[in-house]
Amino acid sequence: MFFFENRQIVTPGDLLAEGDYIAGNNTYKEGFRIYASRLGLVEYEGRTVQVVALNSVYIPSPGDQVIGKIEDLNINMWTVDINSPYKAILRVSDALNKPFRQQKDDLSSFLDIGDLILAKVVAFDRTIDPILTIKEPGLGKITQGQIVRVSPAKIPRIIGRKASMINMLKRETECKITVGQNGIILISGPSPENERLAILAIEKIAQEAHTSGLTDRIAEMIRREKSARL
Amino acid sequence: MSGKIRLIDENGLRVDGRRPDELRPIKMEVGVLSNADGSAYIEQGKSKILAAVYGPREVHPRHLALPDRALLRCRYHMAPFSVEERKPPAPSRREIELSKVIKEALEPAIFLEKFPRTSIDIFIEVLQADGGTRCAGTTVAALALADAGIPMRDLVVACAAGKVDGVLVLDLNDIEDKEGEADVPVAYMPNLGLVSLLQMDGLLTINEFKQALNLAIEGCKQIYRLQKEALKAKYLAIKEEVETCLQ
Repeated sequence: MFFFENRQIVTPGDLLAEGDYIAGNNTYKEGFRIYASRLGLVEYEGRTVQVVALNSVYIPSPGDQVIGKIEDLNINMWTVDINSPYKAILRVSDALNKPFRQQKDDLSSFLDIGDLILAKVVAFDRTIDPILTIKEPGLGKITQGQIVRVSPAKIPRIIGRKASMINMLKRETECKITVGQNGIILISGPSPENERLAILAIEKIAQEAHTSGLTDRIAEMIRREKSARL
Repeated sequence: MSGKIRLIDENGLRVDGRRPDELRPIKMEVGVLSNADGSAYIEQGKSKILAAVYGPREVHPRHLALPDRALLRCRYHMAPFSVEERKPPAPSRREIELSKVIKEALEPAIFLEKFPRTSIDIFIEVLQADGGTRCAGTTVAALALADAGIPMRDLVVACAAGKVDGVLVLDLNDIEDKEGEADVPVAYMPNLGLVSLLQMDGLLTINEFKQALNLAIEGCKQIYRLQKEALKAKYLAIKEEVETCLQ
C-alpha cells in the first residue's frame, strides 16, 4: 500500500509504503513499513520505493568522476578537496606515468596547491579516505573554463534521463560541460557569453530540480536568451 | 507560590489570553541562511530562534572523530540582547546544559552511523527569549537538519506542558514558567511515537504528570504539522511560481 502520489514532496519520517516492498535510496525499513529518511520527492517504481533527495552531501563512490582542488602536498601524495566530508588522496603512482624520483623530482611541479583536477574515485569505504586517480584519458589538471557549484543532489537532474538534459545544454550553448558527481561542474565554451548562458541554465536547473517539464523549459530559456543577446 | 500575579483569570484564560490547551502562534521558515548547509527560523509567541546546521564535515580537532559514526555537536546560545537584562555572551551553566539536552534529544533521530569520522554541528541562537526556548530550539534544529539533507528516522518536535495556578497548561511562556508550579518539556518523534526528551521542573502528582505528558505530546503533534509545512514551503513556492509562469 502506498501513502503518497509519485513525485510528491515527503519529509523525514513520513510513512511511504506498507507491505512487501524494497526500500530504495533515502528510505529505511522497519518491519513491513518503509519510511523516508530525507526531504525529497517520493518515487514508486515497481516494488521499489525511493526518495530523490532535494539536498545532500557528496559521499564518494568508486568510479565517480569528480572535480577537486589540491589542498596540500606530501612527500609522495596530494590531498584533494572534493566537496565531501572526506579528504581525498591522490598518490604519485596514480598521477604520473613515469617513475617518480623522490630526491630529484618536485611534486609541486606537476600539481601545486590550488590547482583544480578532474579525477576518478578508485576506492572508498567507511574506514578509508577516498583514493583518486588521474591516469586515464581525459583526466588531469584543469587549465581553462569556469566552475559552477550546485548541491550534489541535483547532479542527476543536470545530467537528465539518458543524459538528455546535459546533451541539450551542450548543443544549445556550444560549451564543453564536464560534470563532477561531487556537485562541481566545469564549463568551457567558445566565448564568455556562451559560458555565462550555460551557468545561468545550470543554476536554474538546480533551483527548479523538483519541477516537471524542466528540459523543455530550459531549452526555451536558452533560445530566448540567445536571441535577446544577438 | 503565585501570590503576586494571577496566571489564570476568572474566565479560565491565561496571561496572554490563551486557553489552557492552546499553543502560542508559531511561524517557521526554512533555508534562511545561505552560508550554512541547512538553516531554519522559528517564532513561537515572543520567542525568536535561529538554527544553523553544518555537515557532515571533517572533524576539527581531528582527535574527536569517531571511527564508527558521526560526531554530533550542538551549541545552544542566547544572544546578549535576548532577555530583558543583558546576558553575558559567554556560555553559562544553563546554556551548556541545554546544549547537551538538545543534542541528546536529536541524536536518536539522526542516522549518525552513515557518516563515520565526520561531524555534524548544530548552532541554535536565541534572538529573543520568552520561555520554551529549549523546546522551540529543538524544533528548529530538527528543521535545519532536514534542510541540510541529513538522513533522519523522523523529525523531532518539542513542546512543554506545565501547571500554573493549579491548572494544567500547554506551551508555557516566560511568566508561567517562572511563577507557575511545574514545567514538563517533551521532545517527540511523531511518526515513530517515541519520546526523546522528558524533563520535569516543579511539583506534580503522578496523575497530573501523566496528563501533562499527554498534553505536551498533543502539542508536539500540532507543531509537527506546521514543521512539515515549513519544510515543504521552500520548494513548493518555486514549484507554484513555475506553474503560474507556464499558464
